[in-house]
Amino acid sequence: MTAIVADATVSTGVRDLAVISARRIVSDDVVEFTLRRPDGSRLPDWTPGAHIDLTPQDGTTRQYSLCGDRWDTQTYRIAVQREADGAGGSILMHDTIHEGSVVRFGGPRNNFRLAPAATYLFIAGGIGITPILPMITQADLLDADWRLLYLGRTRTTLAYESELALHGDRVTVHCADEAGRAELESWRPSDPDVRIYACGPARLLDTVEAWGALPGGLAPRIERFAAPAASDPLPAVAFEVIARRSGTSTTVAPDETLVTALHRIGVEVLTSCGQGVCGTCETDVLDGRPQHRDSLLDDIERAAGSCMFPCVSRSLDKRLVLDL
Amino acid sequence: MTTLAHEIPVSDIDPFSTEFLSDPLPFHEKLRELGPVVYLSRYEVHAVARYADVHRALTDWQSLQSGAGVGLSNFTHEKPWRPPSLLLEADPPRHDAPRAVLSQLLSQRRLRALKGRWQADAASLVDEVLAQGTEFDAISALAEPFPLRVFPDAVGIGQEHREHLLPYGDFAFNAFGPRNDRVTGPAKTIAPAIEWISDQCRRENLNDSGFGARIWAAADRGEITHEQAPFLVRSLLTAGVDTTVTGVAAVLHALATHPDQWERLRADRSLLARAFEEGVRLESPVQTFFRTTTTETRIADAVIPPERKVMMFLGAANRDPRRWPDPQRFDLSRDPSGHVAFGMGLHHCVGQHVARQEVTALVDALLDRVSAIELTQAPRRHLNNTLRGWESMPVRVRV
Repeated sequence: MTAIVADATVSTGVRDLAVISARRIVSDDVVEFTLRRPDGSRLPDWTPGAHIDLTPQDGTTRQYSLCGDRWDTQTYRIAVQREADGAGGSILMHDTIHEGSVVRFGGPRNNFRLAPAATYLFIAGGIGITPILPMITQADLLDADWRLLYLGRTRTTLAYESELALHGDRVTVHCADEAGRAELESWRPSDPDVRIYACGPARLLDTVEAWGALPGGLAPRIERFAAPAASDPLPAVAFEVIARRSGTSTTVAPDETLVTALHRIGVEVLTSCGQGVCGTCETDVLDGRPQHRDSLLDDIERAAGSCMFPCVSRSLDKRLVLDL
Repeated sequence: MTTLAHEIPVSDIDPFSTEFLSDPLPFHEKLRELGPVVYLSRYEVHAVARYADVHRALTDWQSLQSGAGVGLSNFTHEKPWRPPSLLLEADPPRHDAPRAVLSQLLSQRRLRALKGRWQADAASLVDEVLAQGTEFDAISALAEPFPLRVFPDAVGIGQEHREHLLPYGDFAFNAFGPRNDRVTGPAKTIAPAIEWISDQCRRENLNDSGFGARIWAAADRGEITHEQAPFLVRSLLTAGVDTTVTGVAAVLHALATHPDQWERLRADRSLLARAFEEGVRLESPVQTFFRTTTTETRIADAVIPPERKVMMFLGAANRDPRRWPDPQRFDLSRDPSGHVAFGMGLHHCVGQHVARQEVTALVDALLDRVSAIELTQAPRRHLNNTLRGWESMPVRVRV
């Protein structure tokens, strides 16, 4: 199979747009979306456990784990579980996002990195399977031993069950309606070298987290999907950027990066990767809230809003003042 | 599957010859003009020299891997001279954890903690040099001592036998090339340096606050294994010294030979970061790296078969007129963003912010103290199969 080395030179166009190239129902409650860049160019690199921040055109921003194939340079795959009693983000995704829809994304970022180990125990509850899927691929590539406990309410709501069945008895599926509550305690390893990764509903994660570390071992790693605050603002698509030290300003159009807009008014920002990965373009924020699209800042740093990466990031407010 | 190898232009240029290394620029131009992909018959490797194709080859790790070595040698068939780097000579998935650890450790934001100390060290060094007079060798007085003064301390290694660092790095970068005299000669005496480097990577030989200690702490947290930790320290010691020596030299040479740009920088210090980027674009301290195709790979209109080495000419890409107007000019009005002196993509130099902070500290200290700098004679090049630097660069400054 010939690999086409796709054009990856940095474009001046906005870097956070994606098109939904496929939409697939994978279980009763779960829809899988495949994303591509509008120009088909390469998406930022990612590692198992990573997530993107996704903003549908008129919705709030939510995090979704990447559950596709890292060796496919042009697509991201995410899966969204319909939450009837959630804040509405999943219903918006299910009901209004279809093939051809345009969305904005930030990152990827990874707070749930797979560490090297000889043996893994993966525990997934419901849609928590999504970050675990690429971890399983990785564990196989590393010739690590692994087991997966996949918990759900009913079998028809579990996504990717048939794909996982290919792994035979490494995978145990436990449905509450068939078998009652799972006896998690019986899954707790006694070998301190087993690395545990868990993702799913809060109560499952609380139980696993409470196991703690065995002597000589490390604590289980968990990823909690945080619901966005009800007051999360919708981002300003076009906004004004003020370069305070230069005494100039301009409007950043929806289809150009901050760096391009600044360049237009003679304010040069040095960049390197152009993807929000290397950190070279780090710029201090004096006023306004950045819309972070980089892969570098953690949640605390993002909330502080005192710096941002203009090669990919934008503004939540109509006016952003930078120390340039 | 058919290959179109017969349509790829062939060249017998020897990129590791003394003639080439002494002045690569005319050869770079020939390679760029021959086509997007060229076959180098002497070493039986494919090559890319234009910016767009080098950028593509650097960023597509799926098709062009590093795990078979990033030098001429293919690790699938030949034993490497030392256990492969977990960072440079590795691909996902094994590359992931080491990269994540070093990337966080050497981030621009974390390095700020060392900025004040490095600025003070730069000021002291320049003062010491100027106390001896206004004529000196920029290499032996500034470019070599400064990284040696700040970086090994930042890693946290001992004070003894640091004289091994430069020869070890020089050897490692030569070893990306063929087993020519530049490798076989030093190979006879390099064993003590190899052993010393290996010792410095051990936990007990590192202080408890430097980068080395932080790498071992990452192993304690389970982010990498304890078997991996010493190799990450080794990466810092291999790639963190000779490269910055060459980076300092590159920027000083550019400034010393472009007095109008020096004046611009003196008048406007906010151009300092740009002077660094433009200086390394122009000189490209690391001139070349290789990849190995994992599958039949199309670059532009050329199809390269699987499991073939591809030589990427970073220096040629950084002077490609298709990408850079007047590429041979050191010009502080140009935007040097996107140069490939640090590579690009997954393996984008993890130490780039260290290099930036070191070099700008030194140049800043010099700008504070001298009003002019010029060469007093033609500098002498140091020839290395991979690095483009100088042996000696006599200069005169005006205080």
